[in-house]
Amino acid sequence: VSIGLLTAVTFLPAAGALALAFLPRRAPGVLRGGALLVTLATFALSLPLYARFDATSAEYQFEEYAVWVPGLGAGYHVGIDGISLLLVLLTTFLTPIALASAWHAIEDRVKEFVVTVLVLETGMVGVFVSLDLFLFYVFWEAMLIPMYLIIGVWGGGNRIYAAVKFVLYTMVGSVLMLVAILALYYQHGLAVGTFTFDLPTVARWIIPAGPAQTLMFLAFALAFAIKVPLFPLHTWLPDAHVEAPTAGSVILAGVLLKMGTYGFLRFCLPLFPDASLALAPWIFALAVIGIVYGAWVSTVQPDLKKLVAYSSVSHLGFVMLGIFTLNTPGLVGGVIQMINHGLSTGALFLLVGMIYERRHTRLIADFGGLWAVVPAFSAVFLVVTLSSVGLPGLNGFVGEFLVLVGAFRVNPWLAAVATTGIIFAAVYLLWMYQRVAFGPVTHEANRALRDLTPREWALVAPLLLFIVWIGVYPAPFTRPAEATVEALILQVQSKAGVSVSSVPDAVARAR
Amino acid sequence: MIPAPPIELRALLPSLIVVATACLVLLLDLWPTRGKGHLATVSLAGLVGALLSAIALWGTRVRGFRDMVVLDDYALFFHLVIGYAAALIVLLSVDYLARTGAESGEYYALLLFATSGMFLLASAGDLIAVFLALELMSLSLYVLAGLFKLRLTAGEASMKYFLLGVFASAFLLYGIALLYGATGTTNVDRLASAAASAPGDPLIMLGLAMLMVGFGFKISSVPFHMWAPDVYQGAPTSVTALIATGSKAAVFAALIRFVVSALRPAQTDWTALLWALAVATMTVGNVVALAQSNLKRMLAYSSVAHVGYMLVGLVAGGPSGAGAVMFYLLAYAFTTVGTFGVITLLERAGDEAVQVRDYAGLARRHPLLAFTLALFLLSLVGIPPLAGFVAKFYLFGAAVKAGFIWLAVIAVLNSVVAAYYYLRVIVMMYMQEPDADSAALAPSFAGGLALAIALLGIVLLGVAPGPFADLALAAVAPLLR
Repeated sequence: VSIGLLTAVTFLPAAGALALAFLPRRAPGVLRGGALLVTLATFALSLPLYARFDATSAEYQFEEYAVWVPGLGAGYHVGIDGISLLLVLLTTFLTPIALASAWHAIEDRVKEFVVTVLVLETGMVGVFVSLDLFLFYVFWEAMLIPMYLIIGVWGGGNRIYAAVKFVLYTMVGSVLMLVAILALYYQHGLAVGTFTFDLPTVARWIIPAGPAQTLMFLAFALAFAIKVPLFPLHTWLPDAHVEAPTAGSVILAGVLLKMGTYGFLRFCLPLFPDASLALAPWIFALAVIGIVYGAWVSTVQPDLKKLVAYSSVSHLGFVMLGIFTLNTPGLVGGVIQMINHGLSTGALFLLVGMIYERRHTRLIADFGGLWAVVPAFSAVFLVVTLSSVGLPGLNGFVGEFLVLVGAFRVNPWLAAVATTGIIFAAVYLLWMYQRVAFGPVTHEANRALRDLTPREWALVAPLLLFIVWIGVYPAPFTRPAEATVEALILQVQSKAGVSVSSVPDAVARAR
Repeated sequence: MIPAPPIELRALLPSLIVVATACLVLLLDLWPTRGKGHLATVSLAGLVGALLSAIALWGTRVRGFRDMVVLDDYALFFHLVIGYAAALIVLLSVDYLARTGAESGEYYALLLFATSGMFLLASAGDLIAVFLALELMSLSLYVLAGLFKLRLTAGEASMKYFLLGVFASAFLLYGIALLYGATGTTNVDRLASAAASAPGDPLIMLGLAMLMVGFGFKISSVPFHMWAPDVYQGAPTSVTALIATGSKAAVFAALIRFVVSALRPAQTDWTALLWALAVATMTVGNVVALAQSNLKRMLAYSSVAHVGYMLVGLVAGGPSGAGAVMFYLLAYAFTTVGTFGVITLLERAGDEAVQVRDYAGLARRHPLLAFTLALFLLSLVGIPPLAGFVAKFYLFGAAVKAGFIWLAVIAVLNSVVAAYYYLRVIVMMYMQEPDADSAALAPSFAGGLALAIALLGIVLLGVAPGPFADLALAAVAPLLR
């Protein structure tokens, strides 16, 4: 049996982790370098996925299948479509950056750290490529533990509380999803005659609308909504972000939150179309509340990292809004916004981490006038901040604009309220930037700050490249997602049958 | 004239091998030697022999002594679980006993006698045989629990275990007597048909209830779990491991055989009771475990919770329910022996390190040992891809299949509660700084081998559960004929 490309991308980091585990812990440089090499190799290996991807097709590509637990009907089935392609690439792109950001920041137990990050990468990629419910759940749960360790071992002062809260919050959602997966498995098996966890097979079956479907939807949705996080399930996020080391925050914001939104796209919509449509208004409401609430709470944060954390609640609200509009611009916007948030917020956490390494504080009040001292840092910080604000010409604009177009077609008021989120984003981000970078230097300690080092340039440059690229010419990034999204909308419509009218002729106009 | 019953020794083969080894150990113990290591070797050889005989007998169905003993695949599956657990425990005991100064020939002999009792319990086809096997197992364990003669907690453990144990045995015996009075038989199969022909007979019901109380004590299900924490704490850790795995597996073997065969005619009447018992057992176990600061007590309450999960499988019933419980017992045996195995290796100021606090910073002092313990604990939590996850998956899957969705929901939420206290140990090991006077001992070859086998077991069961689950399902088949 030859190893397929997807399997190689998924398990190369784990193989690397295994190899590094046998190296002596006395050589942290070798361990760091080795781990970076593995993640870069993984990224390089994942590039052909994009190059050889057929963007005109909505079918799963690079599929691999092997029987795993025949008695259960669980298989090792992996494959990607346009949505998971982008997320896999985002993961393999961000992991080396996150790892390199910890080059000096993490001196304690380097071996454990790099092994944990590599195992985490395998788990994250695994979640995005799994096409089998059992396999997906295995990756989904297994990935919890490395993240728990990253927060709990290498985090800040209140790390244990944050780590345990993160795990328990996430577990409550995912164990209920497990019951729903089992219920779906037996319902499908009894109705069709073959018991299988294979996602494409199960997705072909039309689940009868009714309370059973609604309950299963809710169980899946709870697991994903906690991960996103959707208001009011977001309270674990600020704790986790603030306590996590920079590398952890980058991965958490960049990739882990996307698993929630990805879950909605991959499982909730196609498997439970009636419930998705029926409950869409509730999701809209929570998403919009999240957008506005996240923005408001960000405004008053004295801590840079906490501000960025709450801004995630707001930005992910846009993604949720886009997904549940169920029209092409909304969904494509949601997918692109997932990538954008990964890049912008990842970059913001990196920059906050860099300034923290210099000053050992993250309080906005401790800065001021940085432009005069560290101009390069401040310039990069400005670009990233503006990308997060959604300035036209940078990546954030593309996603939010498409989402708002989609939302407007569903309900203009929805779009109107969501738009205020962008205005508030400008308020909290620009105000934050003003207090950090402009004005006189108010603290003596800030005068001696060093500007970006070559290593730090190397970290932010790739992020800046994509921030501008997506902003100026988004087609290479939207194109792979389009066919998939169209097919998804069609699938939901056809499966839900007549009940599609509950989303008033928006879908028709969108096409 | 009463004809002599046919003697079918093959039905007893694994137990006979173990009993013979135990006698050999007793004899060899009289020989004055420096250490007792050779006794461990002999015991291990006996257990491996019993395991091999069980594998050789796989697929046969031998009934002996007027159906007192039924050695079918079902019994053999439990022989394998119990045999593996006992063998691993022997390996772990070598250092542990030498270090604690409790090295003695009786230890190995009693351990083997207890094991033979467990084997018999798994293959008992008659309530009299159940009782005899249970007593053989329990009496050996009572003594083993008090092995540390000079420790106060050991005396308490042994005494409590004995008193509550005989109390439970009395219930069991009275239940058997009532059933015999009502149906004129103690054979499980004939009892089933008699119970089916007289549904709702109060005498039968009372007898069954008494029997369930007796079993409930032995598996430490709520509300009969009170002995577990004290016994787990006071007994030598290796004996605790045997009580937690071997004896639990053996009693479950008898319980499942009984529930599936004899209670099947009256299934509906019992489902509600078992449902309540399962929910109470797992909830009480988990919630009380949250409050424990002694690791052995915590694991005692957590083992109560695991019994609750296994009762979920009994509620679900049918081959998938029983098969899931059997797979769970297999996974639980590997995981629990491993967990207690690591505990035997840790010391604090010359004494056993059993406070959760003692594990602070273990990852710094002994990374490999900490990692091993972390994996065992994660398997107990039910994190994939480890054995505990797959075992829970089968169990809750069986419940969902049988329509007990809400029971499955309660069970999975319980496993989140459990995650908190298991993770607390990991928090201690990885996220706290070490205390000065704690020490971890490097495992000897035997101990290391046992841990490696257990670790391999939980990874193998987690990554490739198919063959083992199929084995468990195949083993249930003889029960349903």
